[in-house]
Amino acid sequence: MSTNAMRRNAALAVRCAMREGARGTMMTPKSTTAPRAGTMVNASEGVPANVRTVSLQAVAIRMRSVGNIQKITKAMKMVAASRLKGAQTKCEKSRALVNPFVRLLGDTPGTETDSTLVVPISSDKGLCGGINTAVVKYSTVLNAMSPGARINVVGDKARAQLNRLYPDRINNVVVDTTKQPLTFGTASAIADEIMAQNAPKTQLVFNRFASAISFKPTVATVLSSEELEKAAEEGVNEFDSYEIEGPDRSEFLLDLSEFKMGALLYNAMLENNTSELGSRMQSMENSSKNASDMLQKLTLLYNRTRQAAITTELIEIISGASSLESKE
Amino acid sequence: MEKFDVAKTSPTMDRPSTPTTFASAPVEESAKGTADKLKLNFYLPHEVAHDEEEVDMVLVPATTGDFGILPGHVPTVSQLRPGVVSVHLNDKDVKKYFVSSGFAFVHADSTADICAIEAVPVEQLDGDAVRKGLAEHQAKFTNAKDDFEKANAQIGIDVCNAMVAALDAK
Repeated sequence: MSTNAMRRNAALAVRCAMREGARGTMMTPKSTTAPRAGTMVNASEGVPANVRTVSLQAVAIRMRSVGNIQKITKAMKMVAASRLKGAQTKCEKSRALVNPFVRLLGDTPGTETDSTLVVPISSDKGLCGGINTAVVKYSTVLNAMSPGARINVVGDKARAQLNRLYPDRINNVVVDTTKQPLTFGTASAIADEIMAQNAPKTQLVFNRFASAISFKPTVATVLSSEELEKAAEEGVNEFDSYEIEGPDRSEFLLDLSEFKMGALLYNAMLENNTSELGSRMQSMENSSKNASDMLQKLTLLYNRTRQAAITTELIEIISGASSLESKE
Repeated sequence: MEKFDVAKTSPTMDRPSTPTTFASAPVEESAKGTADKLKLNFYLPHEVAHDEEEVDMVLVPATTGDFGILPGHVPTVSQLRPGVVSVHLNDKDVKKYFVSSGFAFVHADSTADICAIEAVPVEQLDGDAVRKGLAEHQAKFTNAKDDFEKANAQIGIDVCNAMVAALDAK
């Protein structure tokens, strides 16, 4: 089996486990309840009918599969936890670069423009709790706020969800950004793609990392050079009180807006990646816990069934012997 | 953000945070005036070189020429070219960084923000590697097929030349 298929199967198994755990139902699957109730086992389960130990076998199989799922979720948790520390350091260092731009140009999410480009930043892989859903939810609201907004998705998970909601609004999709450690170069290449769409206002939507268990959905806004010019004239920021050392004003604003986009995007992608790892750690911890609960219940069931089978056999032997005795 | 409350999909949805939620406070009018020390923030994407550090003076290489930032400098925004940023921590202690490019903002409250994409202490530059890089870029420039390649190589040459100059000046 290819690694991809294996991963997919593992994911599927984990998802099943999580859902059953979440519902909090009694964890006895059909194959194990059926023989207990004394009815025939469904032949399609792959277990021959009329065999006394059948329920035991079915429970044992299920116990093994739950045990395997638990191993996988535990491993995923460990991987996420070990990568989290490094990602967190990198992400916290990248935060500083955003501040000067916010201090100089202000942050104006409410600027009225002709069109808006929404850039939801999500993860490529699933099994990481609700962070991608949060990004999609906020992107949906931003879309509703500005009619005619376009979307430029980063990450596969938001693409899947937004493609269903707004199939005709998606301009561009960037995936597989987290396969290699993110560099400023990669972020600027993506920023170039985004700037090339010439939107007067670009809004990045991402989860800002707060701690391993909490993230804050955040919207960062980048205005184009024309909009920055307008904002400076209207006195939204204090740009006019500064002297300019460099190229002429319009070119300077263009460079500034591009650099801001690069810095924000770099930070946003790192933040989201860190949040993803934290969230994955948390959700995998939960599913490991669910799996161990399930395993406990199944073990109990297994032992009961085994005892019941032994008791039945003893009763049969004793009653057989006693019937022989009474004849004599 | 008021529009957010109208457009939100569920009544329990919180407003999203924005970079201002987390950023330090903007320049206060009352803080303007001449301080005797300059507050320097020197940020790189992957590192924070100086954060709110009090220094005497900073020399930055702007595209229009080098200039020094002292406490009480007029508010200025400037674009940097490849060159040396020298941070005068005090009379004796001077730290020199080579920066590839970036921006420097001087605020009215004697704060300077320097944002560079790459910066290394000048003493960590390897002279041989720099000269080798320069030769490589010059070769690329002569072999360039179109304007884009030519411009790319030109940037390389400029940066390497600046690094050579920085090394010579040391």
